[in-house]
Amino acid sequence: MANQSDVATAAPEGDRARGGGSAVSLALRLLGVGPLLILIALAVAISLLTPNFLKPANLSNILAQSAVIAVVAIGQHLVILTRGIDLSVGANLALATVMGGLMFRVTDSPTLVILAMLAAGTVVGAVNGLFYVFGRLPHPFIITLATLSICKGLALELSIGHTTMRGMPDAITFIGGASSFGFPNSFFVVFGVATIVLVLTKTMVWGRWIYAVGGDPESARELGIPVKGVLLSTYMISGLCAGIGAVVLSGRTGASSPLYGNLLELDTIAAVIIGGASFLGGRGNLGHALIGALMIGVIRNALNLMNVNVFFQMIAIGVIIVAAVEADVLRNYLEKRARTIQAAKTQ
Amino acid sequence: MTAAATPPVLTVRNAQKRFGAVHALKNVSLEAYRGEVLALLGDNGAGKSTLVKCISGVHALDEGEILLDGEAAPVHSPAAARRAGIETVYQDLALFDNLTPAENFYCGREIAWPRWLPRGLRFLDRRAMNRDTAAVLERLRVKLPKLDAPVALMSGGQRQAIAVARATVFARKLVILDEPTAALGLRESRKVLDLIVQLRAEGNAVIVITHNMEQVVELADRAVVLRQGRKVGELRPSRASQQELVSMIVGAEG
Repeated sequence: MANQSDVATAAPEGDRARGGGSAVSLALRLLGVGPLLILIALAVAISLLTPNFLKPANLSNILAQSAVIAVVAIGQHLVILTRGIDLSVGANLALATVMGGLMFRVTDSPTLVILAMLAAGTVVGAVNGLFYVFGRLPHPFIITLATLSICKGLALELSIGHTTMRGMPDAITFIGGASSFGFPNSFFVVFGVATIVLVLTKTMVWGRWIYAVGGDPESARELGIPVKGVLLSTYMISGLCAGIGAVVLSGRTGASSPLYGNLLELDTIAAVIIGGASFLGGRGNLGHALIGALMIGVIRNALNLMNVNVFFQMIAIGVIIVAAVEADVLRNYLEKRARTIQAAKTQ
Repeated sequence: MTAAATPPVLTVRNAQKRFGAVHALKNVSLEAYRGEVLALLGDNGAGKSTLVKCISGVHALDEGEILLDGEAAPVHSPAAARRAGIETVYQDLALFDNLTPAENFYCGREIAWPRWLPRGLRFLDRRAMNRDTAAVLERLRVKLPKLDAPVALMSGGQRQAIAVARATVFARKLVILDEPTAALGLRESRKVLDLIVQLRAEGNAVIVITHNMEQVVELADRAVVLRQGRKVGELRPSRASQQELVSMIVGAEG
């Protein structure tokens, strides 16, 4: 059906598109590895400014400080993959530490204390998921904002006015506070959780469904994917990760507190987004969450080493979030360009 | 091509569908055969989409029946229709932009092991899915720049080809295409039309909704025309009958 004039005009256009094509795909590839490059550049720049930065003790410190954000961000990244958001993680973590602290008052068993924290986290996650999925809420923003408030209130109520409850079983302070083989033990916790989630998301059908639901929930439903179950599971895992974060944090501090996890929702969402996952769902992986968490840890640490005050740290992280979201928008634009170029190439 | 001797794959009998006061389908009957392209024609609001959605399980008929190979088709949901062997490619294609062609092909019916585990906990057999997808695309002569890139990076025609190819793989009885070339340029339309010819050659029953008379004449073995929810005609499209078809569609045949 293609007539003569059509072919004639298409040829130079195709050439031009081909030239633009390599530029666009290069830009897309750069955006893909961007967060890692920025992290490396950041580390180099900071090590030039403050020689203490690269000392093993400080690096180990960064890992320990990033561990809580990292492990909770792993859960958050699953939720964000499905176009959702979990605002309750910080308050959930606080409630979980309080539950652990209360359990420690009745028993010395570290297993029971840990179980109390993990169960508390998972139950809150399940509540989020159930209300979002079966309560037919338009967006998880609302229910997780509500559980944020509920968890915070519960944690304060249950700790009866104590801002901190001292004491944690030795096994927990070992997990959160000690080191092995030169690495903080919490690093191994993150490593373990990351490995499990990596296997789940990359090698199992369930993980593929998460990406499908994030890519196009309507089509996923039509193709027979159990969308509700998939969504529910991501919120439960996000809650469980908050519980694991609670174990690590109360282990590091040897205490529990309703004030823990303040603004952790912001840090974890920031980690996932600045790590390079898309806010629009379906794009991103575990590496993004971990790189993002490390980036936040590095920035905090560097600003501390340079004696920059904590308010500026918050401003810096906010600015970086805006940059990351803009990068996401840019990526979408470039993908649209790539499509046009493909169409022009089709002969 | 429509051998009266071979029984139809799909039979719709006396289909009635109302949406409140709107009588969308009035006693519509049609048949689709293997190795045949059936064009479903009609102006906007004629009932084409409603009919297709009833066949593919999106809507339920108020009255009438849908038979597959002579037996009542269990099309009470899109997933059920799919299981029964009816694949529909809507204009939105239902592709996952973030997934590769192979991942799109098998989305919701992944090849995975071991079988005794619940479906979601099985491990993906990526190699088998990639291999089979590549083989199907090769067979249908669909050329893609890269098999391991997300479909977001592919052109409209390539995406349409992926969606149609996916439908063919899983359609054991019938493939329905809703305006497959509406969003495409000339060259890309050509590719998709070639693909439809290929589908027919492989013995599929194909129903195509289209507004493009050139394509109907070129491609379709039979055309059914709907107007205001009623079937107003059925004929074998040709250059000679093109004008008659248009008249039927707009209701000017007297």
